[in-house]
Amino acid sequence: MKLSLGPLQYFWKRADVLDFYQQAADWPVDVIYLGETVCSKRRELRLPDWLSIADNLTAAGHDVVLSSLVLVEAASELSTLRRMADNGRFGMEANDLSAVQVCLERQVPFVGGPTLNIYNHETLALLQSCGMTRFVLTMDQGETALRALREAQATLGGAFPEVEVMAWGRLPLAYSARCFTARASNLGKDECGFKCLEHPQGLALATREGESFIRLNGIQVQSEARCDLAPDLESLRQCGVDYLRLSPQPEGMAEVIERFHDALQSGCPPGRAGDCNGYWHGRPGMDWVGAAREFSGDLQETTR
Amino acid sequence: MNMELVCPAGSPAALEAALEHGADAVYVGLRNPTNARAFPGLNFTPEALAAAVSTAHARRRKLYLALNTYPTSRHIHVWKDSIDMAAAAGVDAFIIADMALLDYAARRHAGIPRHLSVQGSATTAVALRFFYERFGIARAVLPRVLSIAQVEHLCEQAPVAIEVFAFGSLCIMVEGRCQLSSHVTGQSPNCHGVCSPAEHVRWTELPGNRREVRLGQVLVDRFEPEEPASYPTLCKGRYQQDGQPFYALEEPTSLNTLELLPRLAQAGVAALKVEGRQRGPAYVTQVTRVWRGALDALKGPQPFRILPEWEAQLSHVSEGLQTTLGPYHRRWQ
Repeated sequence: MKLSLGPLQYFWKRADVLDFYQQAADWPVDVIYLGETVCSKRRELRLPDWLSIADNLTAAGHDVVLSSLVLVEAASELSTLRRMADNGRFGMEANDLSAVQVCLERQVPFVGGPTLNIYNHETLALLQSCGMTRFVLTMDQGETALRALREAQATLGGAFPEVEVMAWGRLPLAYSARCFTARASNLGKDECGFKCLEHPQGLALATREGESFIRLNGIQVQSEARCDLAPDLESLRQCGVDYLRLSPQPEGMAEVIERFHDALQSGCPPGRAGDCNGYWHGRPGMDWVGAAREFSGDLQETTR
Repeated sequence: MNMELVCPAGSPAALEAALEHGADAVYVGLRNPTNARAFPGLNFTPEALAAAVSTAHARRRKLYLALNTYPTSRHIHVWKDSIDMAAAAGVDAFIIADMALLDYAARRHAGIPRHLSVQGSATTAVALRFFYERFGIARAVLPRVLSIAQVEHLCEQAPVAIEVFAFGSLCIMVEGRCQLSSHVTGQSPNCHGVCSPAEHVRWTELPGNRREVRLGQVLVDRFEPEEPASYPTLCKGRYQQDGQPFYALEEPTSLNTLELLPRLAQAGVAALKVEGRQRGPAYVTQVTRVWRGALDALKGPQPFRILPEWEAQLSHVSEGLQTTLGPYHRRWQ
């Protein structure tokens, strides 16, 4: 199992992004996904900037993949997609069927992002036939779903693509045409004033009894709960997961990566540091399922 | 070109209402997990589906079957069997989101048109080309994310006929990409055909005739004694930033595009969809009647104008008794 650094979900100032990826050059992650996936109005960095970061990271020994926008609407967004696919050096993560088609037309192999809705082996095989070499499991699927996918795919023959699973960070739960961050300031999307820059980890919202619940990140809604699959390392390994995706955060990213890296090196799953792992266990995403294996082991012991 | 009026039916009675009041086509779902309104007591058995096809065809109208949830490998046979059964029953089109099912329907029942469901999340001509070239779709239902100008542009570029949502409950998230419900309940529109499933909803009476409603453990909203309360989908709850609760995502409201009708027609939109298979025959009657009247007026010699009674009738059956142009109107975004 290897580590990947997922695409930056938030809107940070240019200098902060450059600084972040300068540090990332030294981090023990194998793959780094780069690019804007949430909002095309975020232009602190443009494609040439991302490509230049990509060159630096490649020189530092990382595999770089360019991630595409999740919600593609405008002609300008399509043309950015085409330019990304035509870059000639780095692979693509297709987060929308527009990107899949663009890659397909150019015969560019791609990583299927978590929003492609791959829920069965036949859809998986169809996308493989379009050039998909790796896929990120949708947020809502976990161990059981992945096993079923693998077993069913074995009946078709052929190679199973590489699998990547979201292992650390706030979960992207939904996307809209509406900018929620702008709305929270009584602004429309067209005159948003780049409010996202003021919320480098998203804008936290609580329920009316004060329980933290979601984060607004432009047109994206994230979970407040940070997913943490480090304690589930063993079952991830058993399911043949190839990459653990760690989602960028403005502070403490090096420590997050170090914790996962140490766990992979030692083979010892660490204790809990995040808030949720429900999806991996076939539960509501926000749930935390702790030490399930030990418990079921004890139970069997008792029954016997 | 005439725009087709596509109305919902969750029961034979609703189907009758839609046909009686002027639907050109009616879309239904089966009583199993294959569609995105998998609610108890709703939808059609195989026998009811066969009868529904006959009823619709007797009036020279069309009957579409929505198979718009995403099957897992273990259960995909349920969706495929449903496709075979519905083909034998004589449905006029399948409304599908999942690629494997589009592929299956195209191979097994090539003569029955395939419509890409709104759950397929296709928002550009390039994405539509993918579905058209791979699976021969004849029509696509657009997610409720595009502005009217974007819809017009897409109609020019699209390789297939375009269907848009005209009226009904407003999903404000990109359809097919919303996990809010599964985050809290484990059940999602994508896989379970439900959003905020009823068995996870809990209403509690508070002192002073106030009420609160939870989905699972999450408090979605609280209501003052006279305050109208609507179904607690997470996107229409009130949350707080600095202690000030507000509708952070969207108010309880319904989509209503009556005033866009001339532009949608001009753009070449092929079909207008009314949301609401979970609603009863009274809703279907009222909404179908208004939209039939509006579409007929559009074809008439007089310039199109919205009758006040249309607005009144539609507001009456709307969520929160109010309507919006939603994402069609750039300001909403």
